[in-house]
Amino acid sequence: MAWFRKPKKPLTSSDKRDLPSDVFVKCDGCGEILYREKLAQGGYVCPHCAHHFRISADAYIRLLLDDDSFQETESELTSADPLEFTDLKPYVDRLVAARKKTGRADAIRTGRATLEEIPVALGVMDFAFIGGSMGSVVGEKIARLGRLALEEGRPLILVSASGGARMMEGIYSLMQMAKTSAVLARLHEAGLPFVSILTHPTTGGVTASFAMLGDVNLVEPGALVGFAGPRVIEETIRQELPDGFQRAEFLLEHGMVDQVVDRRELRATTARLLRHMNGGPRE
Amino acid sequence: MVEIQEQIDGLLDLAERKGIDVSGELSGLRQKLEVIREATYRNLRPIDQVQVARHPRRPYTCDYLERVFTDWIELHGDRAFRDDAAIVGGWARLDGRSVMVIGHQKGRDMKDNLHRNFGMPHPEGYRKALRLMRLAEKFGRPVITFIDTPGAYPGIGAEKRGQAEAIAMNLREMARLRVPLVSVVIGEGGSGGALALGVTDRILMLEHSVYSVISPEGCAAILWRSADHRDRAAEALKLTSSDLTRLGICDEVIPEPAGGAHADWDGTATALGEALRRAVTELQALDPEQRMAARHAKYEAMGAWQEA
Ligand SMILES: [Zn+2]
Repeated sequence: MAWFRKPKKPLTSSDKRDLPSDVFVKCDGCGEILYREKLAQGGYVCPHCAHHFRISADAYIRLLLDDDSFQETESELTSADPLEFTDLKPYVDRLVAARKKTGRADAIRTGRATLEEIPVALGVMDFAFIGGSMGSVVGEKIARLGRLALEEGRPLILVSASGGARMMEGIYSLMQMAKTSAVLARLHEAGLPFVSILTHPTTGGVTASFAMLGDVNLVEPGALVGFAGPRVIEETIRQELPDGFQRAEFLLEHGMVDQVVDRRELRATTARLLRHMNGGPRE
Repeated sequence: MVEIQEQIDGLLDLAERKGIDVSGELSGLRQKLEVIREATYRNLRPIDQVQVARHPRRPYTCDYLERVFTDWIELHGDRAFRDDAAIVGGWARLDGRSVMVIGHQKGRDMKDNLHRNFGMPHPEGYRKALRLMRLAEKFGRPVITFIDTPGAYPGIGAEKRGQAEAIAMNLREMARLRVPLVSVVIGEGGSGGALALGVTDRILMLEHSVYSVISPEGCAAILWRSADHRDRAAEALKLTSSDLTRLGICDEVIPEPAGGAHADWDGTATALGEALRRAVTELQALDPEQRMAARHAKYEAMGAWQEA
């Protein structure tokens, strides 16, 4: 696409776009003033109150995977604007802005990697790209990642952060729910493990498709995960929602996730889970 | 159309009061009304299609069950929590063939709608549907689903019991079922709550039904920051049966009688029955492996993207 050029210099630390790039950062959880440098070393989890800051896809890649093991796939896949959708501004303009902001082609990065030396297929969504919404590119990249996992016998890990389907792609965005779930059906039959990691926030069509289909579902503390967004529910039932509704601990209590896992433990927990499930009988 | 109807009503009123014979004028006006109605329904704007799809007199799943099928035996419950009346399902016969029919069910009046929750299922509705699909698979029977919902219900209980998981599991498991699957959008295809009955070998749509990732009102509220722009949203979303055909999602459009399905339930049911018979016969001729490979290929191809 002529109008879309990748930035000349690759972003060295794209974490910076989610946090003020000052030396100090104020914690949203406890109000404590924190050293940015130290916060980054601790996976952007507040050392005082364990508040989990929102981090980029790149940050999850560094956090979860063995150093330099990530080999990205399909990074050049871009949306085709199939409906020529325009609301207050054209969808193509939104895409250009999101690409500029994130330095990425769409709302997910996928690739091969190792996690504590276990070969895996990993996909990480990026909420900064049009709210992590799932359109054709996100769906197609997950489908291709799933097929790669099948062909190479790798377990699949998907880290979700999404406001749901990308409505500017209309029915195609809805059908990505079916597409991603269908590839998971094949993984399921092949006996390959799938670990779904839910981060703040994950709602709508992503929750109601691949993100809830993990053999194991993990969620970060405090993350909001649900089908309908809280505002829609409040408007429907005309009452205020109770504190903690749809938060990680609520999901655990209601049996929707296996564990609430502190971000600093995600890599080790995922590795232990994969060692339990990987290479098991395929019957 | 409303004007002519008012003229007709006025004439009838006049005739009654004065005892005049108005049959000549009346038949002329009625003919004019038919012509206009026909033309109107051929040229509906997307937002009008949405209104027709939601028409309160439009036939619902149970109305087609009465007209297209025989030997209907409803099966209830998800075996875990409760029976959700927003989805009905059970055994029925299509030309003597045993099939499993599952569909969203809206209510006809307020009392009925409270029972049916306006056709908006809870997780247990989707779990009942999956239980019945697995039952069909156990006995090698085709599954026919009717889609007609504003969406899955957004409520506290629905979230507590895993609305997202219930929908997701149906999507995955429908991709794995070895029996023929046919869905028909008969009214509103409302987002994930519709798709949870819609991962099928064939997707049919009634002419004036709609199928969308979000309601025009919801889309307008988010992207136009006001639900008043729902007509523009309806247009932009490309949600009509002809749009979905062009986008390669809808396999067959079932024509509706002049004036829409609500004007002629029997005529609509006849056309729908014929389309279903054809689809089921074609799918039953394939072996399960072929059918499932084709189903996977169908969903893998959906979407539009550009390679580098
Ligand atoms: Zn803190």
